Formats: sequence, C-alpha cells, structure tokens
Amino acid sequence: MEKKKLVLVGNGMAGVKTIEEILNVSKEKFEITIIGDEPYPNYNRIQLSKVLQGDTTLEDITLNDWAWYQENDIQLYTNEEVTKIDSDKQLVMTRSGLKLPYDELILATGSRPFILPIPGADKEGVTGFRNIQDTDAMLKASKTYRKAAVIGGGLLGLEAARGLLNLGMDVTVVHLGESLMDRQLDQTAANLLKEELERQGMKFLLKKNTKKILGKKRVEGLRFSDGEELACDFVIMAVGIKPNVELAIESGIHVNRGIVVNDYLQTDIPHIYAVGECAEHNGVAYGLVAPLFEQAKVLANAICDVETAPYNGSIVSTQLKVSGVEVFSAGEYIEGGEKKALSVFDDQDGVYKKLVFNGQKLVGAVLFGDSRDSNRLLSLIKKQADVSDTTKVSILQPIGGETGESLVASMSADEIICGCNGVSKGTIVQAIHEKGCTTVDGIKSCTSATRSCGGCKSLVSELLEVTLGDNFDASAQKETLCGCTTLSRDEVVEEIREKHLMTTREVMHVLGWNTSDGCSKCRPALNYYIGMVHPLEYEDENESRFVNERLHANIQKDGSFGVVPRMYGGVTTPEQLRKIADVAEKYNARLLKVTGGQRIDIFGIEKQDLPKVWEELDMPSGYAYGKTLRTVKTCVGETFCRFGTQDSMSLGIALEKKLERVGTPHKFKMAVSACPRNCAESGIKDFGVVGVDGGWEMYVGGNGGTHLRAADLLGKVKTAEEVIEYACAYFQYYRETGIYMERTSKWLERMGLENIKAVIENPKERRELYARLDLALKVHEEPWKKIINSDKLRTELFEKVVVQQ
Amino acid sequence: MKHVVERVKVLRVDEVAKDFGKTVQVGDVEIALFRLKNGEFYAIENRCPHRGGVLVEGMVSGQHVFCPMHDWKIDVTTGKVQEPDHGCVNTYKVEVEGDDVYIVF
Ligand code: SRM
Ligand SMILES: Cc1cc2nc3c(=O)[nH]c(=O)nc-3n(C[C@H](O)[C@H](O)[C@H](O)COP(=O)(O)OP(=O)(O)OC[C@H]3O[C@@H](n4cnc5c(N)ncnc54)[C@H](O)[C@@H]3O)c2cc1C
Ligand code: SF4
Ligand code: FES
Repeated sequence: MEKKKLVLVGNGMAGVKTIEEILNVSKEKFEITIIGDEPYPNYNRIQLSKVLQGDTTLEDITLNDWAWYQENDIQLYTNEEVTKIDSDKQLVMTRSGLKLPYDELILATGSRPFILPIPGADKEGVTGFRNIQDTDAMLKASKTYRKAAVIGGGLLGLEAARGLLNLGMDVTVVHLGESLMDRQLDQTAANLLKEELERQGMKFLLKKNTKKILGKKRVEGLRFSDGEELACDFVIMAVGIKPNVELAIESGIHVNRGIVVNDYLQTDIPHIYAVGECAEHNGVAYGLVAPLFEQAKVLANAICDVETAPYNGSIVSTQLKVSGVEVFSAGEYIEGGEKKALSVFDDQDGVYKKLVFNGQKLVGAVLFGDSRDSNRLLSLIKKQADVSDTTKVSILQPIGGETGESLVASMSADEIICGCNGVSKGTIVQAIHEKGCTTVDGIKSCTSATRSCGGCKSLVSELLEVTLGDNFDASAQKETLCGCTTLSRDEVVEEIREKHLMTTREVMHVLGWNTSDGCSKCRPALNYYIGMVHPLEYEDENESRFVNERLHANIQKDGSFGVVPRMYGGVTTPEQLRKIADVAEKYNARLLKVTGGQRIDIFGIEKQDLPKVWEELDMPSGYAYGKTLRTVKTCVGETFCRFGTQDSMSLGIALEKKLERVGTPHKFKMAVSACPRNCAESGIKDFGVVGVDGGWEMYVGGNGGTHLRAADLLGKVKTAEEVIEYACAYFQYYRETGIYMERTSKWLERMGLENIKAVIENPKERRELYARLDLALKVHEEPWKKIINSDKLRTELFEKVVVQQ
Repeated sequence: MKHVVERVKVLRVDEVAKDFGKTVQVGDVEIALFRLKNGEFYAIENRCPHRGGVLVEGMVSGQHVFCPMHDWKIDVTTGKVQEPDHGCVNTYKVEVEGDDVYIVF
C-alpha cells in the first residue's frame, strides 16, 4: 500500500510529540515531512529558562537530534516558513518557493510573545522570551548592559528575571496586577513568592501600567501611566503569548483566538488538524506542554484511525523553575461560593499549602515552599477524587516531621509521576521490570519521564530506589567518604590508624584516591580524621580547611568577614563591650549584632584588617566558624533568678573553657539552664544541661537547626564536676565515631541512644574517653594570638596586593 | 578603547604558599592569583560566575579551586566552571621571572 503523505508545519514541541506518538502507533503508515522556521531540530523550549539561569546549556536541550529525523525517514526542512496552504489542491507553499503535497496536514505553529502595542516597543534592547535567539540575545545583553526591566510578573517573566539576575544584571519586574503570578497563585502564596524573590535580589514594581518605552535608538527607560519612570537599558516583554494563526487565517481556516479544533483536533477544513499552542479547543488555547502532549496523543490516534477517547480539555498545573523556590498551582486555586479551602501556613519555614474542595472533591491546590506532593495532588484533581480526611492530613502535615515513609511508595500505579509527559508510576515501574532500566536517564529514554521540565527527577530516582529494592546496587549505595574514593568513613579512619597515615596526600595516595588532589569534601574530612587519630603528631593542614576555619573568621557574601569574640557563657563586661565598640568604629564595621548564640558579631571587616582587629580586641576567638565547640548558652540562674536552683553561669563558663578549640566532626553547641523552665534552651543542644533540685539533668542530641530535634535525656548527676566529666566523655565519643559533617542529632540516631549511654555510663570507658580528650585539648593554641604573633601568617594569609595604575 | 599590553609585577614567589591564593588588585580589577601544589601560578578574575563569590578564598585542589560560597569547581588554568555547573571566568597570563611574579594584561 502506498504511504500517505503527512506534513507537519512547525518543528516544535507539540508537533514533533504528535509525530513521535504516530510513530509509536505505526512506522509504515506515513511519509512524513516537517517544516520549521527555526534553524534547529526540535529542542526543549521549557529549558530555555534553565539555560538562562546557567543550569544547562543550549547544546543540552535538544530533544530530537538530526539523526532521529533520519532514522525515522522524516524529511526535515529547517529555516523554512510555510506561507500558504492550498486546501483544495492539498498543497503547502513555503517562503523559498517549495510546493509540498499532503494527504494529512498538521499545524503546530505554536505562539509568540505578545508585544505591548506601546510607543517605543520596537526600540533596540526590547525582546520577548520564546526561542534560542531570544535567549542568546539576553546572554549577550547581560555582558554589556546593567539594568534590566522585565514586564510581566507571570511564570515566564519571573524565570527570565531570575536568569538575568544570575547573569549579574540588576533586575526589576514590572507587573500590572496586584500580585505575582496572579493567574496561578492566591494572595498568600504570591506574597511569599515575592518575599523569597526579593531575598534573591529581584526588585518589583506592582500595579504599574507601562505606557511608553523611552530612549533614542536603544531603550533607556519605561514610563508608567502614573507618570513615574524606571531607567533601564534592557527590556523583556513577558506579558503573554499570542497563538501563531496568520497562516491559518490566510488559508481560510476558522480561527478565533487560536485555530479552532474539535475533540479530535480537526479544524473546519478536512484533512487539516491543529495541535499545541496555536490550537483553540473549547475556547481555550493552552500554554503549557502537558495539555499539548495530551492533545498530541489523541491526534496521533485519530490520524492513524485508531480508536481513541476524545480530547476533553485539560486541567493545568504550573511549577516555577527558579532554583530555591518551590511553587505549584493546579486547577481552581481560589476558594469562594461552593468552594472551600483547607490550608496550612508555616510562616517560619515559609511553607504554605492550600487545597480547594467542592464538597469532598478536590478541585485545586496551591503549594509554596514544599511541592513534593504536587504530582499526587494533580492526579487527585484530574480524577476529581473524593479526598478522605487521612489523605488531607497526610498532604497538609507539617513538613519538618519526617514520616520516614517514601512518598512514591504510597502512590498508586495510575498516579502520574511526570506531569508534562503524562507518565504514571505504573509505566515507570514496568520499564524498570521489563526493560531493565536502572537509571533516571534510562527511564527518560524508555518512558519520556523527566524529559520536559525535569521537575520530577527526584521522584523518579526515588521510585527507582524503592522498586529495585535489594537489587539496587549495594556498592553504589555505600556511603563513601566522597566521590574521590570507594571507601567509607570507617574504612578510611581504620587505615589512617593502622597504616599510620599522617597527611591528607598520604591518605589519598596510599588508599588509591581516584583524583590526584581530592576535593572540597574529602580534604577537610581527612584533615579532621587524621588530627583526631593522631592528635599530638598531626600538623593541621590549613590549605585543607574551608576559608572560615583557615582565616578564623566568617566569610560574608561580599568577601568581607564577621568577627565573633568569645564571651564565655554569654556573660560580658563593660570593658569588653567598650573594646568591641571601639574596634567596630575604627574598622568601619557595617553591623554589630547580638547573635543567636549569646555574643556579639562584628560584621563587614576587610580581610587585611582582621589581625589588627583581633589585636585590639584582645579577646579569644569565639570560633563562630569552626567545627568545634561553638557556644555554651546559659541562663542567669541562682545568682539572680528567683527560680534558679543551680549556678548555671559558672558551669556554662567552665564547660566552655574546658572544651573550646578542639575539632569535632561538625559544630557542637551547649547550654546550661538553672531550672526546668530552661531559658537557655538546653533541650535543643548537642549537649544541654538543666539544673534541678539537688542535681543536673543532661540532655543530648538536640538540634535547633535545619532538622529540629528535641534532645534525649542522657542521665542525671549530682555535681557540676560530674557534668563536666560526662560532657567531656560524650564529646570525645562523638569526636571518635562521628562522620565529618554529621551533627550529634544524626549521629545519636545512627549509633542509638542506649549504646551511647552504655559507653558513657561505664566509669572505665568514661575516664578513658576523658583522658584521650585531654590529650587532644593540650595542643590547641588560641588562633587569633597565633596569627597576630606570626609575620609569616599575616602576610601570607591576610595581606592583599594592590597595584596602582 | 585603547588596549595596551602591560606587565605588572605583583609579588615575590615566596609571598604566597603552595595551594593558596592571593588577592591582587590592579586598578579596578580584582584578581585571584593561585600558586598550585606543583609550583605553577595562575590568575583568574576574583568573582565566581555563580553569585560573585570571592574565588581567592576557595580551597585549591590540583588545578581546581572550589568557590567558598556554594562550592562551584573552577579550573584555574582555563577559567572554566566544571560540571555539573556551567560558566567561566576571565583568566590572566602569569609570568614568573626569577623570584618575581608578573601578571600580563
Ligand atoms: C551569626 C549567627 C546568626 C545570628 O545572627 O545570630 C549564625 C550565622 C550562621 N550560621 Fe547559624 N548562626 C547562628 C546561630 C545558629 C543557631 C542558634 C544557636 O546556636 O543557638 C542555630 C540553630 C541551632 C543548632 O545549630 O542546632 C544555627 C544553625 C545553623 C545551621 C544548621 C545546622 C544544622 O545542623 O542543621 C547552619 C548550616 C551548617 O552549619 O551547615 C548554620 C550556618 C551558619 C553560617 C555559618 C552560614 C555559613 O556557613 O556561612 C552563618 C554565618 C553568617 C555570616 O554571614 O557570618 N547555622 N545557627 C549565629 C551565631 C551564633 C554564635 O554566636 O556563634
Ligand atoms: C522560556 C519558556 C519556559 C517555559 N516553561 C514551561 C514549563 O515550565 N512548563 C510547561 O509546560 N511549558 C513551558 N513553556 C511553554 C512550552 O514551551 C510551550 O507550551 C510549548 O513549547 C508549545 O509547543 P508548540 O509546539 O505548540 O509550540 P512551539 O514549541 O513554539 O513550536 C512551534 C514551532 O513552529 C514554528 N513555526 C511557526 N509558524 C511557522 C510557519 N509558518 N512555518 C514553519 N514553522 C513555523 C515556530 O518557529 C516553532 O519552532 C515555556 C516556554 C518558554 C518560552
Ligand atoms: S545561615 Fe543562619 S545567618 Fe545565614 S541566613 Fe541562614 S539562618 Fe540566617
Ligand atoms: S558564588 Fe561561587 S559557587 Fe555560588
């Protein structure tokens, strides 16, 4: 049988997806020709945002390379525009004069940026954001120009703005509406989003109607309807898109906003179909790939005469691709009338979740700050599912509380993992079992999951892990010290001990590191382990330390430093305060701040001034930068407080003096409170002490940081001396068994509280640990003094070279 | 713009230890000058393409420096950011003559 001629106009995402779906049904049915006016094979338009943000490159976003067209016998014309369709003769005509006959014709011409019809919109330096050319223009502009304005605070505008920020431009987003992404987000989520983006350095002008673009040849600014102006030398218009319908109009096809199609994507002219952003179905022209891919599937079946369910429109969901921001919105996101909302808002963590119900049916959702549930929600919304109370709770549950259960494990087989390509959990599991996929890339080529926006990558990799279970390559699973070695922490420490390895280079060399000089992960870790194993002989390697620990100050984002002197137990004196004030003035500190650790941070000191600052302060380093004892917070205690039962300040100061300076796997924080009211927050410290009548309670493994964890009771003792002994033993046990960068909260859970208790409560072991710690404590010198007294360190580490020109 | 080739003496070899960097300010330009373990000197712009981190404070491993802000890895000999991140920084030519280190513009 002779093959029918199929012609596709538009070599973009929806059109080529339709061709892929057709090839899935039959490779024999059609002789395929594709005409596209861009000079590239089909690429992932979505990822242009990521290219701009520097997360990927133009080379990496090709979806179908030249070879794909060849392998599938597709005649491809790039850089070629279709200018006319003769539907009587069934011919398409191109700009360069080609005349191509068709039996079936698919229009997938997409859309283009809507450019506001205002004076000056044609000036140099004004561009939309749609294709590789636009992206290139932005990359170039960022090298020469400084101040960008993005008109439009929707998805595309914000992604463009984030990209320009990454490229070092000063970016202001100008938005007509009252809140950002107002077609996807409610006010609460929009406010959170704005705050977060402001934190990232983006500026906003809301409720601003741009009336004119100023400048001579090139743009110099914007003027708004209220008469105000904004100076800028680069403008991105991201106010919306406009379906490409001129070709259809000229060819007499029925067009409204888009090319009007029925449930099988047919236009009003026989043998002509439209799919993608150029098509309008039931009054809607979609602007996201998920619905377009659904259309593509229906169209492919229809055109191949395979029985298919009609296309009934799509529920759309959006996810913003800006790193550090998780925003998701789907369906009807605003409550009112019949629609009721259920929401949680954790102001502290910046997490907001809202579900919108119509009766028991879930009809929409907004997530901010944590969008892990987005795909599950989207399938529930699509199914118009009745949502049980338990599901509601599980979705809205507080985020910090880890349930331990994997989210993918609890999903049903028909739930969608990849929203863009409509790939269900079942399909992926099948690919793992039947096609032997073991990697995310494997899954991508087998099922298309992760192929478009990439938002589902983490879910896919979790699913791989859950599904492969025991077959999940155990050796690939082993936690190695870092990518430079196949050995684990314990194996490396054992070898350091046994082979008496004394420098990081020796370790890397003898233990067969696969890099010649290690990396920023293993070098500090090795430096710590060797020092821990051989405290007396080891010479600390300054070059293997992170800048803060090398320079004994906290680096700031602008390259200046923060200086935190010790204030034992949070107790200070007028004299200390005076010195701090004097130094801050003399060296132009930009900020003096009381820290969360009960002392004072002097911010904004230049590197070359650090030694002088320390000299004039004449106080010891507070090690606010170190993997070591940070602070011992205390409450005022019995000395003044009417409830105090113990002298918390004295014990706190004694502990701080005893334990300061020596290295630990991660930072170590302590607190002493003098009664169970616990004003020093001893319940969230690595080691916290609470005074009670006739004794002290000791709490361990608490953490107030990223993963909040309440401390566990280690035990109760009578005297302050005993507390010190227990604290030292505990501290040393952590030093000896902790993994570098593992806080005690994680360490304790790994080791087991009962096991740790058994060691610390054993008097012999406790004394031995104490003695080993004492040894290590001996060798540590006050670092600021050491630097002040060494000309070599001062010049080598702190002085900067200035050459006048 | 007038472009003049210039050679500026910046420091003596022993003023910076191996595996360390030194901040060099020439006019308005801030440069990170590194002395590698093998004794070679390299100079790059002192601004990380990610968020402008000061590269001179990074940890030096072989011919790479790890930005102290968010750990991007940059090849100091070419200025290229290493996978999985992307970008590059300007490099400057360094010449060593006897004990003296020069940067060439
Ligand atoms: C200065 C200070 C904030 C303040 O203005 O008060 C601070 C500042 C920093 N903290 Fe903190 N933390 C400060 C108290 C805290 C506290 C509260 C406390 O100590 O009572 C916590 C939660 C308690 C805890 O650790 O259990 C805290 C939890 C963190 C964490 C999360 C640790 C975790 O295990 O989850 C980090 C990140 C890390 O260490 O990896 C961190 C990291 C940082 C760093 C060092 C980030 C960095 O690597 O550059 C910040 C340096 C800022 C700068 O520009 O200098 N900071 N940080 C506080 C200094 C206290 C001091 O006197 O030494
Ligand atoms: C920066 C950016 C980020 C995005 N992010 C997301 C996202 O996160 N999630 C999401 O779902 N969607 C996103 N989108 C939208 C998504 O890319 C589009 O919905 C999708 O590409 C539309 O596919 P299409 O085939 O309809 O149009 P297109 O991909 O635009 O393809 C149409 C093609 O037809 C060509 N053409 C037009 N007229 C002719 C003619 N007469 N002759 C020949 N060729 C012609 C065009 O040049 C174009 O190459 C984003 C878009 C952009 C620009
Ligand atoms: S690390 Fe600490 S100081 Fe820095 S922004 Fe986060 S909470 Fe604030
Ligand atoms: S600024 Fe260098 S890694 Fe972020």
